[in-house]
Amino acid sequence: MIRITVNGVARTADPAGPESLLTTLRDRLGLPGSKNACEQGECGSCSVILDGELVCSCLVMAADADGSEVRTIEGIDDHGTLNAIQEAMVGAGGVQCGFCTPGIVVAATHLFEANPHPTEGEIREALAGNICRCTGYGAIVRALTAVAGTEAS
Amino acid sequence: MTTLVRPGIVGGVGTSLLRPDGIPKIKGEFAFSSDLEAEGMLWGATVRSPHPRARIVAIDAAPALAISGVRTVLTQDDVPGSGHFGLERPDQPVLAFGETRYWGQPVAIVAAEDHETARRAADAVRIEYEVLAPLVDPAEAVRLGSTFRTIEIRNGDPDAHGEIVVTGEYEVGMQDQAPLGTESGLAIPDGMGGVDLHIATQWLHADHEQVVAALGLPPDQIRLHNAGVGGAFGSREDISLQIHLCLLALRTGRPVKMVYDRAESFVGHVHRHPARMRYRHEADRDGTLVRVEADLVFDGGAYASTSSAVLANGCYFAVGPYRAKSVHITGASARTNNPTAGAMRGFGAPQPCFAYEAQMDRLAAALGMDPVALRLRNALGTGDRIPTTNQVIVGSLPTREVIESVAAMPLPDPETADDPRSLPGGTGLTTPPGAVRRGIGFAVGIKNLAFSESFDDFSEVRGVLTADGLELHTAACENGQGMVTVLEQIGRSASGLQRVTVVFADTSKIGSAGSTSASRQTQMTGGAALRAATAVREEALRRGGGDHLDDAGVWRGGRLVAPLAGLLGDGPIEHLERFRHPPTAKPDAFGRGDVHAGFVVAAHRAVVDVDPELGLVRVVRLDTAQDVGRALNPLSILGQIEGGIMQGVGLAVMEEIVLEGGVMKNASFTDYLLPTFLDAPQVEAILVEQPDHWGPFGAKGVGEPPTISSTAAVAAAIRDATGAPINRVPVRPQDIAFGSPESPVTSHQQAKSPRPRS
Amino acid sequence: MDITLPRDLEAALAAAAAAPDATILAGGTDLMVGVNYHGVRPSAVVAIRRVAELQEWEDRFIGAGVTYRRLEAGPIPGLAQAARTVGSPQIRSAGTIGGNLGTASPAGDTLPFLAAVDASVVLRSTAGERVLRWDEFITGPKRNARGPGELIIGVRFPDRLPRRQAFAKIGVRSAMVIAIASCCVTRDEDGTTRVALGSVGPTPIRARRAEEMISAESRPTEATLTEFSRLVADEVRPITDHRSTAEYRRYASGVMARRLLERVLS
Repeated sequence: MIRITVNGVARTADPAGPESLLTTLRDRLGLPGSKNACEQGECGSCSVILDGELVCSCLVMAADADGSEVRTIEGIDDHGTLNAIQEAMVGAGGVQCGFCTPGIVVAATHLFEANPHPTEGEIREALAGNICRCTGYGAIVRALTAVAGTEAS
Repeated sequence: MTTLVRPGIVGGVGTSLLRPDGIPKIKGEFAFSSDLEAEGMLWGATVRSPHPRARIVAIDAAPALAISGVRTVLTQDDVPGSGHFGLERPDQPVLAFGETRYWGQPVAIVAAEDHETARRAADAVRIEYEVLAPLVDPAEAVRLGSTFRTIEIRNGDPDAHGEIVVTGEYEVGMQDQAPLGTESGLAIPDGMGGVDLHIATQWLHADHEQVVAALGLPPDQIRLHNAGVGGAFGSREDISLQIHLCLLALRTGRPVKMVYDRAESFVGHVHRHPARMRYRHEADRDGTLVRVEADLVFDGGAYASTSSAVLANGCYFAVGPYRAKSVHITGASARTNNPTAGAMRGFGAPQPCFAYEAQMDRLAAALGMDPVALRLRNALGTGDRIPTTNQVIVGSLPTREVIESVAAMPLPDPETADDPRSLPGGTGLTTPPGAVRRGIGFAVGIKNLAFSESFDDFSEVRGVLTADGLELHTAACENGQGMVTVLEQIGRSASGLQRVTVVFADTSKIGSAGSTSASRQTQMTGGAALRAATAVREEALRRGGGDHLDDAGVWRGGRLVAPLAGLLGDGPIEHLERFRHPPTAKPDAFGRGDVHAGFVVAAHRAVVDVDPELGLVRVVRLDTAQDVGRALNPLSILGQIEGGIMQGVGLAVMEEIVLEGGVMKNASFTDYLLPTFLDAPQVEAILVEQPDHWGPFGAKGVGEPPTISSTAAVAAAIRDATGAPINRVPVRPQDIAFGSPESPVTSHQQAKSPRPRS
Repeated sequence: MDITLPRDLEAALAAAAAAPDATILAGGTDLMVGVNYHGVRPSAVVAIRRVAELQEWEDRFIGAGVTYRRLEAGPIPGLAQAARTVGSPQIRSAGTIGGNLGTASPAGDTLPFLAAVDASVVLRSTAGERVLRWDEFITGPKRNARGPGELIIGVRFPDRLPRRQAFAKIGVRSAMVIAIASCCVTRDEDGTTRVALGSVGPTPIRARRAEEMISAESRPTEATLTEFSRLVADEVRPITDHRSTAEYRRYASGVMARRLLERVLS
């Protein structure tokens, strides 16, 4: 049995053996927003913020998250309304199939909390672990540089 | 031209309306097929062949059944119906029996109380194989007559020849669609011998047809429902786990969920056909293309899938968007023990485009002519005949305009940035700016729209007026591209109603919408939606006795005469529309005929920075002009363009399934490399609007053109930067560093002094 | 599965002693791929990410639990450049230098740097401490000399690190890519030059003949640079696999080493 704080709420779960935090979130805690697309840390769809660090929840052993604090896509918005990143991405056409979207929102939110005005290069490098197969990234970059106030002229 | 937007309508066609599912998706609340659950649900898993070709000697399920929580293990013996499926012909067994024919082919399926137990059970099924030698060389397969289809096209004057001749051999590797959502679904038995299958797919009714045939069930016993789709790009056209899920649910009487992991997904769907192509182009000294000969061998892999149609596309578009007096094309899709190939964005058009555009550049060089001028000189347009099929182009085809538009776009700053993130090699810090050479490449591609060769291609939409507005019911699949948005826009513009909702109907509620592929849904389901919404509007006006309809109701002379709800007193206002595009014909014995419903072109210009010494490439920019007929949603179109270009760039420089003796060596996202944020070029797009003859408001499909010639443009740019021949994509570092795939390492010296730029 | 989550080194060593065959879990970025794909189901796990002592980074010692993210932002240029190329930001937040050593992949991104500076690996168990030089510790592809009950405590550098350090890694993607070949070159004021390469042999490889030749050159000429490049290419032992060919890896090793030498000379 593990005790974790998920999006500010104390939860307990009983992960099976070495199962990943992603599996625990999705299948045991009713939080399917984090997506499973590769399970080897190569796509970022399962990104969560664990004790302040951006990680792939598929590579976190749930049993090792005992006592930790986790923020997922379900807890990333701004008290029920879209945060600035979410707002900008939807408006710029940065969402197509949407499977990568939760991971990108979490990763971008983590970036902007540390650095509110990243350059385009910083945004691209910080999100290089998040694969999107639909958009070609252009609309997402336009959205995020707009939020950062660092749009290329 | 008719007015696109009715007065007062917001978010009709021509606007960049935002997608209705954007908010749930951005919040992580949108339910994908892999997010579905049902009370008492079991998990399914698949036992797969570890050999590309082997005889199944014995299957022992006992060790799996002995595991606590395992409910069933099924093999082909348990399949009650025809036991086979396939999009073009039902040649693939639901589960392999007798002989396995590709690496990873399903041999047995299991269901267990949880995911982990199901996986363990799959591992525990003991299968004895007698390993057989696989046939993995497509050329050898063609020699042996092991093919799904062979094609010969002869058109024009067989004796016509040109003075200037260029020849070449080209190769395209195996690309994976790699949608982020893997194959997944949930089957729920209805307790009366039937099943409701919730599935991420591209074509509900085609799946349905194959499921009921394979399982020998009456059609109404199986109902397929759209579940949230995590991208597709062709990978969901074929059956993967649909029949397995229904079978497991029927046998256990419990809901069953399956989700492939990424490694399974690589073997669980078909791929883009690897291709080997030989070309000979002949032209007059003035640059007029006279003769094109080509031989195309596509590796279709183990089962037919759509190989026949993909090969046909490859051959029909083997010349590109150019006139030619004499054409001789031969093509074969080989049947091998490699993974099955089938649909992927572009559907047979990108492979020859890589080859014919390389040929056009070579021809331009041989003629001493500007490559853009050579293309313009031969550009196909309305009224011309397609050089292969001899079909007259009756719709719009602005080949000249897309070429001229791209050629006129400004080039980026020639200076290479100092930031490693913008350099070849990226954060690997391999490449100082001084080691970089800039290259520019140009390519044009053509493809057919919707289905061809006499296929009865249609889409059904039911328009329903409610007190709340207009509903458009359809079985069409929203794969992420934004069809749901454009249907809403068409509904608004056609009906005058602001409140338009797309309702996804299951296979029992409405007829087929056809496939979400072939760039066809905007035209086909959009075409049906336009007519259904128009009919609903006309009936509402008739009943209300007015001249204007909006969300309030029917108006006459500026006065509201009947509120919406009031119109429904005499019964519902509904209209079921089955939309067909103009009929197409089967080809004659030499591949000629009016086989296509319409055509689309796009041009791309790639700017690359190459480190010629290490063979590393950074695609800096990809500009495009695309023939869109009429831009119904510019923002969505840009999304298709940028996304499609990225997949084309991927095929050009990194995406390839590496096979060794039929076995995939890189079935993972660790080693099948997809472009990242740092690999994405800047894209500028020009939409060329020349309304087509049958799409709604003149629209054409927009999904595939971005992928067709972007690969060729990048390859051309690398050639321009390095002088290396680049006869193969994806381009590997050694192909550049050593100058040619055929002539491996020569000397340090040669690699350091590439040939002068052409 | 038994898991212990020690918070200090003493407790971690005790846990490892109690279960000498336990799987040691640090960042999880390698182990969990095994769990997710290869049926790895350890019966005992000692999870060490909370162990305070392993987070230490003192002058010439880096604790095993220091993440790539910290290395990337740290003061050692060769290591920072290497760490920046590891996986994705998510991987770099979790993965550690101790984990890179523990996995001992031929493609481990920090290993060429550690080889170039002749770093040692500090191992400890309840029985005591062992200090092994990198090439004593890494015994083969994905094999190392860690014994049962031992933990990797960290890496120790020689007294003085070379002033000039440069790292490069070849992959066909601009980020998040396993090395086709990687290289680290260091040079001191006295000309002493070290060259280490990754992904071009079963373990990191030092190009000792090339080092010897170039260390003697105070102002390398075009000809000596070319000879240096040739010697490096000669000393690697690459294979052909699905990521690249032996031929390209050998050739690229020479090109990279020469470029890095030019970088440390400039």
